[in-house]
Amino acid sequence: MTMSTDMEKLIGPRVPADEFKENRARYMIPTLLFAAAAIMIVVSMFLPYWSLTLHAPQYPQGLTVVAFVNDLEGDIAEIDGLNHYIGMRPLGEAAQFEKQVSIYGIVGVSLLILAAIFVHNRWAALLALPGLGLPIFFLLDLQFWLANFGQNLDPTAPLSSSVKPFIPPALGVGKIAQFRTEAQPEIGLWLAFGASALILVGLYFHRRAYKPLVEAQQK
Amino acid sequence: MRKFFTILLLAVMVASITAACGGGDDATPTPAALNVEGGLPATAMEIAAARGLTPDDIAAALKTYTPSGKMDEYMLFLSGGHSGNVIAAGVPSMRILKNIAVFTPESWQGYGFGSKETEAVLDAGNVGDVKIRMGDTHHPALSETDGDYDGQYLFINDKTNARVAVIDLRDFETKQIVKDPLLISAHGSTFVTPNTEYVVQGSQYNTPLGWEYAPISEYKDKYRGTITFWKFDRSKGRIIPEESFAVEVPPYWQDLCDAGKRASDGWAFCNSFNAEMYTGGVEQGNPPFEAGVSQRDTDYLHLVNWKKAEEAINAGKFETIKGMKVLRIPTAVAEGVLYLAPEPKSPHGVDVSPDGKYIVVAGKLDPHVTVYSIDKIQQAIDGKQWTLDEFGIPILDFDAVMMAQVELGLGPLHTQFDDRGYAYTSLFLDSAVARWKLGGDDPNGYVLVEKTPVQYNIGHIAAAEGDTVNPDGKYLVALNKWAVDRFPRVGPLLPQNIQLLDISGDQMKVIYDMPMGIGEPHYAQMIKMDKLSPWDVYPEVGWDPIAQAPAEHATKAGEERIIRNGNQVEIYMTVIRSRLNPEHVELKKGDHVAWHITNLETAKDATHGFQLGGYNISLSIEPGETTSFEFEAVNDGTFAYFCTEFCSALHLEMMGYMFVEP
Repeated sequence: MTMSTDMEKLIGPRVPADEFKENRARYMIPTLLFAAAAIMIVVSMFLPYWSLTLHAPQYPQGLTVVAFVNDLEGDIAEIDGLNHYIGMRPLGEAAQFEKQVSIYGIVGVSLLILAAIFVHNRWAALLALPGLGLPIFFLLDLQFWLANFGQNLDPTAPLSSSVKPFIPPALGVGKIAQFRTEAQPEIGLWLAFGASALILVGLYFHRRAYKPLVEAQQK
Repeated sequence: MRKFFTILLLAVMVASITAACGGGDDATPTPAALNVEGGLPATAMEIAAARGLTPDDIAAALKTYTPSGKMDEYMLFLSGGHSGNVIAAGVPSMRILKNIAVFTPESWQGYGFGSKETEAVLDAGNVGDVKIRMGDTHHPALSETDGDYDGQYLFINDKTNARVAVIDLRDFETKQIVKDPLLISAHGSTFVTPNTEYVVQGSQYNTPLGWEYAPISEYKDKYRGTITFWKFDRSKGRIIPEESFAVEVPPYWQDLCDAGKRASDGWAFCNSFNAEMYTGGVEQGNPPFEAGVSQRDTDYLHLVNWKKAEEAINAGKFETIKGMKVLRIPTAVAEGVLYLAPEPKSPHGVDVSPDGKYIVVAGKLDPHVTVYSIDKIQQAIDGKQWTLDEFGIPILDFDAVMMAQVELGLGPLHTQFDDRGYAYTSLFLDSAVARWKLGGDDPNGYVLVEKTPVQYNIGHIAAAEGDTVNPDGKYLVALNKWAVDRFPRVGPLLPQNIQLLDISGDQMKVIYDMPMGIGEPHYAQMIKMDKLSPWDVYPEVGWDPIAQAPAEHATKAGEERIIRNGNQVEIYMTVIRSRLNPEHVELKKGDHVAWHITNLETAKDATHGFQLGGYNISLSIEPGETTSFEFEAVNDGTFAYFCTEFCSALHLEMMGYMFVEP
């Protein structure tokens, strides 16, 4: 009984069986919202998060980089080839650590969200926080690398005198030499944002469901 | 409550997906097409008036003008005549798209200017020790499946040296040249059997087989022609000479051929124009050839049953002459392979109707086309309605095999078909195209419908898929030999005039004149554009386009190197915008140099050229391609090599030095 009490202090009170039977929906809503968020985040790993399309007269179809959490796809060879003129490093060198750990990280984030289902006090919010912040973290990290690459150009590159260091925007329209760049979120990132929304809503219902139990416990 | 949750989740998902898919695309809007119900806009009418355009001219302009970025409906493959190449053009725009080097070296494509792979293709067409670097391309043939173009390969012959080339339509480049070991020249090719089992080639000016020496007095005894059946292996993309065979025929000077299809599948047909076996000698007071070969009223349509010939060859009933399996005349007759049928004298084209039931022979010196029926031919064979020629070959009774004769006009040369039961025949002397009705098994159903003048001296014609089992109609191209007054003056050597006709309506209309200033097209093939699916770049970096496989000497980025072994120097170079690597090559006079270049590019159109001044080297290295060349460093000095395709803003910087130490 002592064990159980200590445990309940940590992860919050358990719902009495008859209360659960009586108000099933009240307790299931946060559970389902968190579970859906976790699933969406896991699914998003397999989908593109972000894309950058470069438009120029001689590339009528445009050149595209598509970012997954652990990979870059698209016209990388051609873009790298062009980037050497301005002295930008190959795109594959960006965010190598992030790309290596991203899969484990995202699985971890999802597990934490699932864990929040079983935690019925305010610690649940802490567990859900990484999931909530995932898309924002992705965009911030992306902007960091874009700035890092745009700012650190090889001064001996052929076009170093005409193209000065720059910061490509992580979202929206930019301009570099004859290229107009269009950066936009892709389905994976939208899923991550969707998961954030579900987590927020989930936290509201979570608080509504368990706060009375926590207060009862504290009495 | 559960329902609420489900709806919420769905709403979020849908919102995400819509947002993700909706973003981006705000490219420049395409201007809407004009609504011309009220007639052409005033500006257009002003232009037409200022240029003196007739309503027909305006219609022709509207039918052919192809705005920037819009694609043509058909691809036209024209033989380039004695320029030795093939020209690809778009229909209806008639814009030239590519000049495909075949029998003649071409420096833009790096064909025959050092590249080992293309030199080997050209050398396979050498005659003995003589390097042959010219050709006279006549009749292109697209590969077929079930009698329809399949867009995979194009074959083309060289009349002058009796050769056939294979062009792979994945990259529009020549992969193989084969030399007929029996014939020194051959006109009647290329024509493919319905599944491209064989490429048919008929001889023309007969000589002893293998063109051995024999005086003209031995003409009847020793001079012979052949109908050659080149075996094609589609998976290898190559003609297999060892599996090919020839059917020996008399020295009647064979002309054009065609392969049977559907009802006549298994047969090949070739005309001839010297049944007289006249041997000339105008300098000795004899009538010239032109008179001597035109004395008799009839020549012979040759009918070759190639399926029976194949059986006879497989049964070992052949002689091997100069490495080619030959079915001799007596064997061919005994095996039911070879028959003749009289035809009005000196015809030119023989063309099989789409259903394969009728064979149309164009009279040339006779104002008719003569139509034969494959059923009647078969009945005549079964009924042995024949006499024998002096070589013992059955000559089928003309009346037994002939279905109809249609008087079209002067100089009928060559026939094509459309999808409405019409045939089209070029009239050389009349300078016109005749449209006439195929009458099936009713001889009275064969009637001339109309004629349209063309400018001038029309040779072959090519209708849209007009020699297949499913012709499209729509367009017909007239390949006119003379332009005379059609184009601005460019000195005494004039372009030919390739005219496009709209044959979709009740009246044929000439809608475009295309001056051909880079060759003399004889015949063409017109294929629906969507049947072609060429590569944009080679499938992988380090590709050998001749072998269509990864190249032996492919070089990856970072593996560039120069290896010296005594006086043997091996150079592994890469090219990418905008550098050649290495940029310094140090040689000693007398070195033997093998130089391999890989284009690392993967972008469409990122071709690099390579030329080495003073050593006659010119290469075209398309994205992904690896090519090699070898030379003896016979001249010492300091040389420059560089990229020759203006590939980038730093193209001029894309160079290197080759030092040859004395």
